[in-house]
Amino acid sequence: MLTRKVSKIRSSEITSESIYLTRRKFVQQGALAGAGLSVGLHANAGLQSNDDITPEHIVTSYNNFYEFGTDKSDPAENAHQMTTDPWAVSVSGEAKKTGKFAFEDIVAGLGRQERIYRFRCVEAWSMVVPWVGISLKEILQQFEPNGNAKYVEFKTLVRPSEMPGQRGIFSSIDWPYVEGLRMDEAYHPLSIMAVGLFGKELPNQNGAPWRLIVPWKYGFKSIKSIVSIRFTKRQPRNTWSLLAPNEYGFYANVNPAVSHPRWSQANERRLPSSIFDPNRRPTLPFNGYADEVASLYSGMNLTKNF
Amino acid sequence: MITHNQFVKAIVFICLVAPLCWLGWQISLELQQPGSALGADPGEAIVHYLGEWSIRILLFAFSITPLRRLLKSRALARTRRMVGLFAFTYVVMHLLAYLFFYLEFNWSGMWVEILERPYITVGMLALACLLPMAITSTGGWQRRLGRNWRLLHRMIYAAITLALIHLWWLTKDGFEDLVVYTLWFMVLLWFRWRNVSQQLR
Repeated sequence: MLTRKVSKIRSSEITSESIYLTRRKFVQQGALAGAGLSVGLHANAGLQSNDDITPEHIVTSYNNFYEFGTDKSDPAENAHQMTTDPWAVSVSGEAKKTGKFAFEDIVAGLGRQERIYRFRCVEAWSMVVPWVGISLKEILQQFEPNGNAKYVEFKTLVRPSEMPGQRGIFSSIDWPYVEGLRMDEAYHPLSIMAVGLFGKELPNQNGAPWRLIVPWKYGFKSIKSIVSIRFTKRQPRNTWSLLAPNEYGFYANVNPAVSHPRWSQANERRLPSSIFDPNRRPTLPFNGYADEVASLYSGMNLTKNF
Repeated sequence: MITHNQFVKAIVFICLVAPLCWLGWQISLELQQPGSALGADPGEAIVHYLGEWSIRILLFAFSITPLRRLLKSRALARTRRMVGLFAFTYVVMHLLAYLFFYLEFNWSGMWVEILERPYITVGMLALACLLPMAITSTGGWQRRLGRNWRLLHRMIYAAITLALIHLWWLTKDGFEDLVVYTLWFMVLLWFRWRNVSQQLR
């Protein structure tokens, strides 16, 4: 199941030949490496027999990426405008190695693996996605965070000229989109930075060139198109909890017992759903990854820290 | 020979039925090949589509009186009952789609939703305002209620206000449409207020 073949990238997905050549090599190397060596312990953790992989055209056409518009179809329509090469990442805060880095340099030499994860949105829909990812711990450790680093904060690109959603006047989001994790969450083996899906380069609408994936948390934690990594002493403030603190928390662990003011979180619609079969199923605590991650929160009141 | 009244009524009727025809066509495409027309989550698409048209047609029904004055069209005024009943029909279909796709007709779940989710509560209240209006829309009821009929049908103010709150409450971001609907409603309120204050003078 895990050692799937790396499919070829279609020529329609690329902008120029040079990008085509470098990126293709980059992802193929990575995906192959992952398939070949590390069919890791956590690669399909928690996956169940009825977790069919969501079709690729749905994963790449049904997205929440408000930088490109608020409709689910907006990102697939508009994200091609975003330039992802070159891609600079600023690293700052409580770490030894800080500064501006090229995305390629950060991920060079790090092992990529395919991780098939459930993906649960706070809006009560879900998917199963085969990501090509890199261990977040390996990425972050390169910067040698110091003892004061208790949290890590990520920011998405701000570029209104290429992101129509950031030009809208009827938006209440204060760009950039910000998210964060506790360091032990970031260092958990399930946490990855995704650089691809379905064995291919990550499409722009899914957060190219790289995006966070923390499968036991609601999808809004998994921030896309990251340009800033900052190690902090204090808990970062994340975009949605700034906008509506009674609705979205910092932790955002998938929890069927704590209902959101707008949606019951007890169950979810697994996509694709159809007219005759909404494909509804019960939501699992920690999105089904409780065995792996529940210990991170022992002693914490998860109703209060939602 | 088609009279002017019949002609206007037919045009309005076609406009009101068109969104349903389009939806029916999309659903038929969807049945032939899932995911072909309404996306990965057709249930959500149908619920939102019917909700959008509900508020538009409600606002249209509320626009008819000022439009009649503006255009001096009695024929338009005669379509008001039909437009109102269409608005009610869209709202009911919106509710049924929600009950089917989101709750799978789980009635106890529905009560939990009504009590726990404020946007569902106000949506249901909006429907509760429209229901007596729909029931008493016939000529017979109009005669029987006399003066009270007009009073009862002032519930449209509450219904639209609640519907707008419902929409504001469930929107996470991207308020363009909502701003348009709200401004449209405020302009209509201003027309009525101006009219009343002129009569008082």
